[in-house]
Amino acid sequence: MTTAPATPRLTVRHLTKRFGTLIANDDVSLSIAAGELHCLLGENGAGKSTFSACLYGLLQPEAGEIAIDGVKVELTSPAKAIASGIGMVHQHFVLVPSFTVLENIVVGTGSGPRLDMTAARSRILELSRQFGLEITPGRLVADLSVGEKQWVEIVKALYLGARLLILDEPTAVLTPQESERLFAIIQQLKASGIAVILISHKMNEVMRSDRVSVLRKGRLVGTVTTKDVTRDDLTMMMVGRPVAQVHARSKPGAGETALSFKGVSLAKGGRTHLKNVTLDLAAGEIIGIAGVAGNGQDELLEAVAGLVRPDSGNILLRGEDISVLSVHDIARRGAGYVPSDRFRDGLVSDFSIAENLILGQHWDERWRSGPFLDETATRRSAETAIASYSVMASGPDMLCGRLSGGNAQKVILAREFAKARHLLLCNQPTRGVDIGVIEFVHGELLRKREEGCAILLVSEELEDIFALSDRIAVMFRGEILGVFPRDEADITRIGPLMAGHAHGAAA
Amino acid sequence: MIADLLETSIIISVLAATVRIATPILLAALGEMIAERSGVYNMGLEGTMLMGAFTAYIGAYYTGSLWLGVVIAMITGGLMSLIFAFMVITLKVEQIVTGLALNLLGSGLSIFWLRAAFANAGQTPTTPFFDTVPLPLLSDIPFLGPILFDQKILTYVAILLVPATWYFLFRTRYGLELRCAGENPKALDIKGLNVAARQYAAVIFGGLMAGLGGAFLTVGSAARFVPEMTNGRGWLAIVIVIAGLWRPVPVLLATLVFSFLDALQLQIQGIGVAIPYQLLLAMPYVCAILALAIRRSHSGAPAMLGIPYWRR
Repeated sequence: MTTAPATPRLTVRHLTKRFGTLIANDDVSLSIAAGELHCLLGENGAGKSTFSACLYGLLQPEAGEIAIDGVKVELTSPAKAIASGIGMVHQHFVLVPSFTVLENIVVGTGSGPRLDMTAARSRILELSRQFGLEITPGRLVADLSVGEKQWVEIVKALYLGARLLILDEPTAVLTPQESERLFAIIQQLKASGIAVILISHKMNEVMRSDRVSVLRKGRLVGTVTTKDVTRDDLTMMMVGRPVAQVHARSKPGAGETALSFKGVSLAKGGRTHLKNVTLDLAAGEIIGIAGVAGNGQDELLEAVAGLVRPDSGNILLRGEDISVLSVHDIARRGAGYVPSDRFRDGLVSDFSIAENLILGQHWDERWRSGPFLDETATRRSAETAIASYSVMASGPDMLCGRLSGGNAQKVILAREFAKARHLLLCNQPTRGVDIGVIEFVHGELLRKREEGCAILLVSEELEDIFALSDRIAVMFRGEILGVFPRDEADITRIGPLMAGHAHGAAA
Repeated sequence: MIADLLETSIIISVLAATVRIATPILLAALGEMIAERSGVYNMGLEGTMLMGAFTAYIGAYYTGSLWLGVVIAMITGGLMSLIFAFMVITLKVEQIVTGLALNLLGSGLSIFWLRAAFANAGQTPTTPFFDTVPLPLLSDIPFLGPILFDQKILTYVAILLVPATWYFLFRTRYGLELRCAGENPKALDIKGLNVAARQYAAVIFGGLMAGLGGAFLTVGSAARFVPEMTNGRGWLAIVIVIAGLWRPVPVLLATLVFSFLDALQLQIQGIGVAIPYQLLLAMPYVCAILALAIRRSHSGAPAMLGIPYWRR
């Protein structure tokens, strides 16, 4: 990137957006050139989503102005944003599964009562050829792979005539190979003069942009040219302090086998979730499960926790077959379970921190006096947990629904770590939490490992898996396609397996 | 005596009655299908139809015009569903509960108004009613002619609405947008289209059709209004939309099945077969429960049916 051309594609001046007393965007100014890949970087709650929602007309800023190609625009609705040439690919797919690709792209466009599908189809095919997006207009969206859905979303925005394309965390659901494809597509978009805003927190992606704007607590920390900075510089800008990347760790302990899967299979609703899974996990060992979401990781952990019963095979916890035991009995044998959706499965939002901390163990002698709950004991232990896990909360009585994602996660960790005497099942422990909390979770997991607990870790963030695991297992369509010691695992070996390529099958 | 049912003239009479009985239910069901396709569950169909029946009657009585009565019934149905639409689309009140309230409103208001209008509610005056309009040539076709082409105009309207709603839903831009509102309203919203406007239009269309269906009951056949005379037809229409997979042709077929059972039981009663008539009366409803039990899964239902849309 040399200096920006005379009229930038997008100019934002002094944009401010408030929600009540919270200032989500505080005097943000930036400009983006035609054909530029501009990355928006920031922690959760830094204001990236608010900023892009203002650009797309979904929210109206209190102050500031926005100009496209030098012309000031009033973005009071998505219709205005589209008319101004702004397109957006949302973080979660906004598609109708029962419609065809064609119908999804065409709906809401055109004029008059007739649907001119022939003209639309040829325009779509032309767009997909031009930018290297492989889509088939006649297919049902429900039948598409995750990657293909993402290409449909991009064509949808281009079909509406986008000259500035906002991509909100587009790679969160993609395999590493699909992410590569996405960047190839972005190159094509840039070459045709389309400006791209990429919202991401993955550093390897951020480093491929032309410029980066870093947001922290609603304020623009700065806009930098990517090739002039390092990852550490950006992390420092984003978090506001240096972040320790490497945790000291001991050699993997050659502990005795804590958990073993013996040919575990599970099918549900006509789909295979687990296929002949055989795996041993030693005490004091962390095995990371790498894989694209929905390939059986959830079911693997749920089978151990007792939430689903495998169709065949056995699961042994310290030599005892637990595949027939209830959730309660398995938990009592020293297994903790951190579910992926913390507000749905991990907590009761309308219960206090103290109540959530004893959830599922309220029968325990420690919290009871006779038939009654011992409120003094629960409060005292909640205070201890709040202090030792540094939960930002007003006290044990605060409702969990009012905690931020990171603090809610800490409450779950406090409860499940206490339960996990021998085994800890961890599903997406760092999803949607800030770097500070990620550091904390990593530290706690390693501490738990040092204590001799066996840990089965599922994460879509490969960074988690690489940072923590002693061994890495790759799951695809319910099958474990490979297990590698950490020093032998790298992305070139893991990536193809995540897409199922070991078996020659397409993802 | 059961053998009497196999006489050609009796078969024709049962089938012609089937088509006649189907008319108000088909009108209401097609309207409800459109509303549900946009994502809104109008459980207030029974009350809306009842008000349609009542206002058609009272309108025809005071104006002396059957067609004015029909127009008044449709306007009433439209207004009832406008109230409903405001409650569930704008205020986002729970749809099922609001629908139930609408039924109570229809039931109470029609009885109250009937008593206010006529001092002796037990003996209300009658109005004229629509005659059948045999279609030239077509009505002369043996067997089919008297069944399909010697009916009232509203019946022809109802049957023509089947291809019309199909064409609208699956061949027009507006139909695609309407279905999108029921499947994933956000997909419309982010293209800058107004979700609420489309849902309002769909719900009001449903109300117009329920009003029209109700009118058929009074000015179309009975010539007078009897409290609660819809007698579950609105509910049946809701069941039919589910049994008919939210598609016009299956909705028509489902309507005909229920109406045939109803026509059959009337005929059986008429002939005097020794089956308790209460049992026969229950047949369409037993069939409705069976249809729902068989169609357990809601496959084919709009994905966001009954769920109000919030932007964030």
